[in-house]
Parts: sequence; C-alpha cells; structure tokens
Amino acid sequence: MSPALAVARRELAGYFATPVAYVFIVIFLVLAGVLTFTLGNFFGRGQADLQPFFSFVPWLFLFLVPALTMRLWAEERRLGTIELLLTLPIAQWQAVLGKFLAAWAFCGIALALTFPLWITVNILGEPDNGVILAGYVGCLLVAGAYLALGAAVSALTKNQVVAFVLAVALCFVFAAAGSPVVTEFLTRRLPVLAEIARAVSVSDRFTGFTRGVIGARDLVFFASFIGFFLFANTVALDHRKAD
Amino acid sequence: MAALIEIERLTKRFGSFTAVDDVSFAVDRGEVLGFLGPNGAGKSTTMRMLAGFMPPTSGTARIGGADVVARPVAAKRSLGFLPEGAPTYPEMTVTGFLAFTGRIRGFRGSELADRVAHAMQLTQLDGVRLQPIETLSKGFKRRVGLAQALLHDPPVLVLDEPTDGLDPNQKHEVRSLIRQMAPEKAIVISTHILEEVDAVCTRAIIIARGRVVVDAPPAVLEREGQSLEEVFRSLTLGTPAREAA
Repeated sequence: MSPALAVARRELAGYFATPVAYVFIVIFLVLAGVLTFTLGNFFGRGQADLQPFFSFVPWLFLFLVPALTMRLWAEERRLGTIELLLTLPIAQWQAVLGKFLAAWAFCGIALALTFPLWITVNILGEPDNGVILAGYVGCLLVAGAYLALGAAVSALTKNQVVAFVLAVALCFVFAAAGSPVVTEFLTRRLPVLAEIARAVSVSDRFTGFTRGVIGARDLVFFASFIGFFLFANTVALDHRKAD
Repeated sequence: MAALIEIERLTKRFGSFTAVDDVSFAVDRGEVLGFLGPNGAGKSTTMRMLAGFMPPTSGTARIGGADVVARPVAAKRSLGFLPEGAPTYPEMTVTGFLAFTGRIRGFRGSELADRVAHAMQLTQLDGVRLQPIETLSKGFKRRVGLAQALLHDPPVLVLDEPTDGLDPNQKHEVRSLIRQMAPEKAIVISTHILEEVDAVCTRAIIIARGRVVVDAPPAVLEREGQSLEEVFRSLTLGTPAREAA
C-alpha cells in the first residue's frame, strides 16, 4: 500500500468516525429522493428512467461537495496535523491524491446508496440499465471535478467558511457556464468567451452521460479537470502549507 | 563521514522580519543537542525547516546526507519529528494513529503491529491503546506524538518541546528514554526548561532573535559560578554577554 493509499484509508475512516459522513449521506439521500419525486415528477412522467434524479444530482453536489472539501486542508491546518503529515516520508502529491481519493470514494458510497431508486424503476418498468449506469458514471465524474476544485480552494485558506463559499461559487461557474442563459448572453456580447464557456462547462459534459453516451472527449475533459486542480492543490499546498 | 544533521547558513524571512538568521550547526550520532531560546526566538522555525516542513529562504539542511528540499522523502525517512504542540488526529485511537504513521513509513502486517506495540511500550501508552486521542490528557497526547516519532527507530530525532505538559514523573521517563537512545542517534530537543538541558543534553545552543548566541556543552556554560539560568538571561536579554564559551 503506497503512502497515498494509507492517507486515503485514514481519511475515509475519519469521515465515518465523525458525524460528517452520516449527515452528508442522509441529507444527500433525502434531497435526492424528494427532488426526484416532487420537482422531478418521477411518477407523472410515465417513463421508466432516472432522468429526473440525474438532473438534480449535479446541483446537490454543487452545495454538498464543497461542504466535504472545505475541511480537507483547513482542518489539518487548524489541528496542526499538516505539520505532522507533511514531515512523514510522503510526497506532497501523494497526500493530495490520498485525500482526493478518500473523498471521491465517499461520494461513490453516497451515490451507491441511491440504489432503491434504481430498484424502483426496474420494478415499475423496463429501463435501459446501460443508460442508468452511464448516468451514475457521469455523477461520479461531476463529484470528482467538484472535489478536486474544492480541495484546491481549501489548500489556499485556513478559514473553512471562506473555503466553502469560494468552492460553491467556483463550482457554480463551471456548472452554469454551459447553460443557455449564459451562452446566449455571451454569444451576443463576447462570442469568443461563449465558446470557452461551453467548452469548460461541467453540466454540458454531464448531459451526454445522462443520455447513455460515455464519450472519450468527455472522459478526457473530466480527467484533465481533476488532474489540473489536483496539480493546483499540490502547488498551493507547497506555497501555503506553513501559513 | 558527514554528521547526521547538518545545517548550513539557514535563514528564514517572513516579509521584512527575519525569524532565523544565518544559523549553522551539525549534530552527530551520540549527541543530544538542547535548543534553547526565549519564545519567538526562532526555535520552532529552525526545526520546521530541518524537518522539511517550511522551505528556508536561504541556506541548506541535510538529514543523513539528504537535502531536505531537494530529496525530502529520503531525508524524512531517517527522521522522527515531534512538531510543536504534538498534533494528532483527535478522532483516531492511539493504535490507529500509530498504525497510520507506520503505514506511511512503509511497514506492513506483523512488522507494523510489532513496531506500534514497541513504540507504545517505550512511551507507556499500553493502557490507552484503544482510546480516541481526543479523550486523552495533555501528557498522553504528547506521548502519542513521541511514540509516532520513535516508531521507525530513526537515526535522527527532532523533538520540539517533548516534555511540555508532562507531570514530573512523566518528564523523568521521557528524559531517561532520551538518554537511553542517545548513543545510537543524533537528537535535537527544543525546550525552555533549563534543567532539562543539564539532565539530558551533551551540548546546548542558545538562540536569540534568530541568531545562535552560544554553542557549547552545558558544563562549559555553567562554569565561572554562573547558573545556566543566569547565562540564558544575560545572553537573550541583549545585555553584553560574558565570555561563555
């Protein structure tokens, strides 16, 4: 087990040793369920798929993922354990990767616990389970993207509230960048930016997955997005670790 | 062979404030260096740079010949470090925490279990092995930090105030532990308890306003009928220092 996995294992156990895990999972499941069945009109649509569920998950992650990441580095700073962790024989990128993997696995657990919805549609009708699987993969990638972004922000500040608000704001930028309101506005005023906005939009990329399409370009997008912010996290940590 | 700890012209500036100013020293196997100085003199900053946590503004630090900036992982492998305040993860149990640091250091399976058990025995933590660290008293927390630094039996130990918060019996235990390990290791301890220097150190460095003002064995500092406390006061309060070394 490499040092990164040792960190990931400790972190993941840490979520379940504190109320963080239970509060996160319960709130996520309740909101996902409520939104799917009320606003999503799960029954009224008369279609056996999880489209309403998938349309809400990225917006839930927009608020819930920064709540996970705000403490990643800020908490280490507050406790002083960052000094312990980074003086163990571990490269900084391994510590960054370990924390990210633990948070990502945790989001995966939360997503997996929405399985009753999947069972429900399979009882009520005959959904295309391939499309549903692709949707889950997409959700996991969106979570990964927001986690990487939030973790990098957390490395920049000692203050957890600042880390949370900044992470939500930045995630929102990437979520909203592809929405019609933004792109139409930009097309009229600054056509160059409209192209960029569409290219970096997390929600635009996610739409493909909910239709059952796992495109290579989308996978590359999420991999680069996560890679870039993990790199930024390592750099930020290097410069701000002792502050 | 080069000394286990080599610090050369180490300097750290925060903006216009110079916290550590041109500090050089070397510590070899068998030496216990007492690092003394008033609060804010630069003790912890020097130790953080030596442990590779804080990058120096200029100068170098090497542990076992490995530069802490250029080869950080190699340098940290030979180092046991107790940071200031002995930080630990509060929700973990003592065993869980020590196993975590052991896993990062590459120990597995029965070797890991043996190392953890041995470190707990050295620091007398057996009675609290399954307690969450947050429920322990200050003295126990300090010893958990110490156990973590001793786990891999490193050639170099850097301990920032190892006896802070311990009761007199525990202080005595930690000091005898340090004395017992001394012949095999290069040890640096920072403290502002002067009797500790007499008790365990083979050499003392007094640092004031970021500079080394004295580097000598405690016995030499105390000659001419002055107590260590008088020497410390005269050197760190800025009054003209008598020839001490």
